[in-house]
Amino acid sequence: MNSIQQRRQEYRSLFKQNVAGRLLVDKAVRIIVFSCVIVAIIPLGSILIEVFKNGITAISFEFLTATPGSIGSGEGGIGPAIQGTLIIIGLSSFIGIPIGVMSGIFLSEYGDNKLARFVRFFNDVFMEFPSIILGIFAFLMIVLVIGHFSIWAGAFALSLIMFPIVARTTEESLKMVPMTYREAGTALGLKKWVITFRIVLSAAKSGMVTGVLLSVSRIGGETAPLIMTILGSSQFFSSFDAPMDALPLRIWRLSLLPYDSAQLQGWGAALVLIIIILGINLAVKYHYMNKGTNGFFERLIKQRRNVAK
Amino acid sequence: MTTLITTPIGRESAPITYPENHFPIDTCKYKMIAENVTVSYGGIDAVKNVTMKFKENTVTALIGPSGCGKTTFLRCLNRMHDMTKNAKVKGKVMIDNIDLYSKEIDPIYHRRKVGMVFQKPNPFPTMSVYDNVTAGLRLNGVRDKKILDEIVEDSLKMAYLWDEVKNDLKKSAIELSGGQQQRLCIARALAIQPEVLLMDEPASALDPIATQKIEETITELKRDYTIIIVTHNMQQAIRVSDFTGFMYLGDLIEFRETKKLFTDPKNELTAKYVQGHFG
Repeated sequence: MNSIQQRRQEYRSLFKQNVAGRLLVDKAVRIIVFSCVIVAIIPLGSILIEVFKNGITAISFEFLTATPGSIGSGEGGIGPAIQGTLIIIGLSSFIGIPIGVMSGIFLSEYGDNKLARFVRFFNDVFMEFPSIILGIFAFLMIVLVIGHFSIWAGAFALSLIMFPIVARTTEESLKMVPMTYREAGTALGLKKWVITFRIVLSAAKSGMVTGVLLSVSRIGGETAPLIMTILGSSQFFSSFDAPMDALPLRIWRLSLLPYDSAQLQGWGAALVLIIIILGINLAVKYHYMNKGTNGFFERLIKQRRNVAK
Repeated sequence: MTTLITTPIGRESAPITYPENHFPIDTCKYKMIAENVTVSYGGIDAVKNVTMKFKENTVTALIGPSGCGKTTFLRCLNRMHDMTKNAKVKGKVMIDNIDLYSKEIDPIYHRRKVGMVFQKPNPFPTMSVYDNVTAGLRLNGVRDKKILDEIVEDSLKMAYLWDEVKNDLKKSAIELSGGQQQRLCIARALAIQPEVLLMDEPASALDPIATQKIEETITELKRDYTIIIVTHNMQQAIRVSDFTGFMYLGDLIEFRETKKLFTDPKNELTAKYVQGHFG
C-alpha cells in the first residue's frame, strides 16, 4: 500500500463508525420533529373542535339570514354580518390585490435599486404593523374627513393590511421563476412588460394565489380596524357610505354580552367565519390547481408523475 | 497574444479556391460583424477585444475550454447582457450595417432579427407546444390564426419536430422529452423569422440521436440563416461548421475555415487544443 492509499484509509477511518448510535439519533430527531408538530396542532385542533361543538347548535336558517334580535333575547341572526364580511373582503381585495401584485412586480422585476430596497424594507415593516394602528389611520384619513363610519373606510384599512402581504408573496413567487424564461422572452424580441405579464406571471401564478389567499384569510378575521371604520350595524347593506356589520365585529360584540344565548350566537358566528374563510380558500385553490394545468408548479408535479410512470 | 487571423476569410483577400467549400468566398456578404468587443463583469474582462466577421449562410463555431468567454461573446451578439447586472460591453456589433449597441436603435426590434437557442431547453412551462412556437409572434402582435398555423408547421418541420408532435400540438411543452424540448426551442427561435441564429451549446444536454437531429437541422438551416454556434464538442464543430473560432481566456486566438483550423492550425495553442492536449 503506497502512502496515498494509506492517507485515504486514514480519511475513511475518520468517519463515525457506530451505526447503531447513528440510527438512534436519526430516530430521536424524527420523534422530536413529530412531537413538535403535535404540540403545534393541539391548540389549533382544540380551537376548531370547541368552535364546532359550540357553534353548530346555534346555526339555523334564521341565524344565517335574519338581522340581530334584541340584546339577550337569543333571537335573530347574523345575516348582516355575513353579508358585510363578504362585501368587505371583496372590496378590500379589489383595492388591495392589484396594488399588491403591482408592487410585487416592481420589487421583483425592477427591484434592483435604492428605491426598491427602501420599499421592500418598508413593506416588511408594514406587514407586521399592528392592525389597530391601520384602523386608526383609516379613521383619521376617511372617517373623520367624511364625518361618518363607512364601508369605504373599512375596505381602505383592510387593503392596507392586505397589500404588503400580497406584494411580498408576489415578489417571492416571481423570483422563483427561473431567469431562463425571461432570457428566452428577451431573445424572442419581446418587450419587458410582455415578458413579465404573459410569461413570468403565468409561471408564478400558483404562488401568487397562495399569497392572495393568505391575505384574504388574514383580513377576514381582522376586528380592530373594523371597530374604527365600519363600526357595526344591525341592518343589511344599504350603501357603501354607511356603517356595516362584519363577522369578527359581531363575534366581538356578542362575546362581550353577559347572556348565554348571545355567547352561543358568538360561537355560531365564529364557526360561520371559519367556514367562509375555508370555503374561499378551497374554492380558489380548486379553481387554480385543478382546472389548470396552467400553474408552473402543477406542471412540474405532472412532469414528475410522468417520469415516475 | 491575440492573433487575429481574419484575412483568409476577408473579402479583400485573394480568391482562394478550397474544393471543400461549396460557396464562393468572394461574393459572400458579411451578415454580422463584431468589432473590438470587450465584455467585462464587474471590472474583469471575460471577452477581450474580439473581432469576428460572420458571413451570410454559413455556420460559425466557437470552440474553446470552459470559461473562455464563448457564451459571453455569443450573448453580446444579441444584447443579452442588458439583462445582466454589472456586465459591460464595449465595441461594436454590426448586423446589416446597423450597430446593435448604438443609442439610437431599439434593441427589441433588432433582437427579432437574431434568434437564440440556449444551452438548456427553456420552453415556456405554462404554454402548449403550439403556444410556445407562436409565443414570439403572438406576443409581438401577430393575430392571424392562418398565418400562425402556417408558421408553426413550417418552424416545427425545420426543427425536425413536426412528425413527433403534429397530432398533439396542444400538449404542454414540458411534457416533451429533453431533446424534443430543445428542438421546440429551436422552432420557437425560428418562428420569429430571424436572419441570424445564435446557438449556445444546443446539444450539450442531449443524447447522440437528438444531437444528430439537431446537427442535421443546423446543416439544413444554413441555406437561409447565418448560424453561430458555441460548442464544447470539437467533432461537432467539424461536422456542422464552415468557420471556427478558437477562444482562450477571453481572447480570440484563431479564426478561419473549420477544415484549415483543425488540420493546419497556425497558432500553437490552437494546435494543442484541437489535438486534445488540453481543454
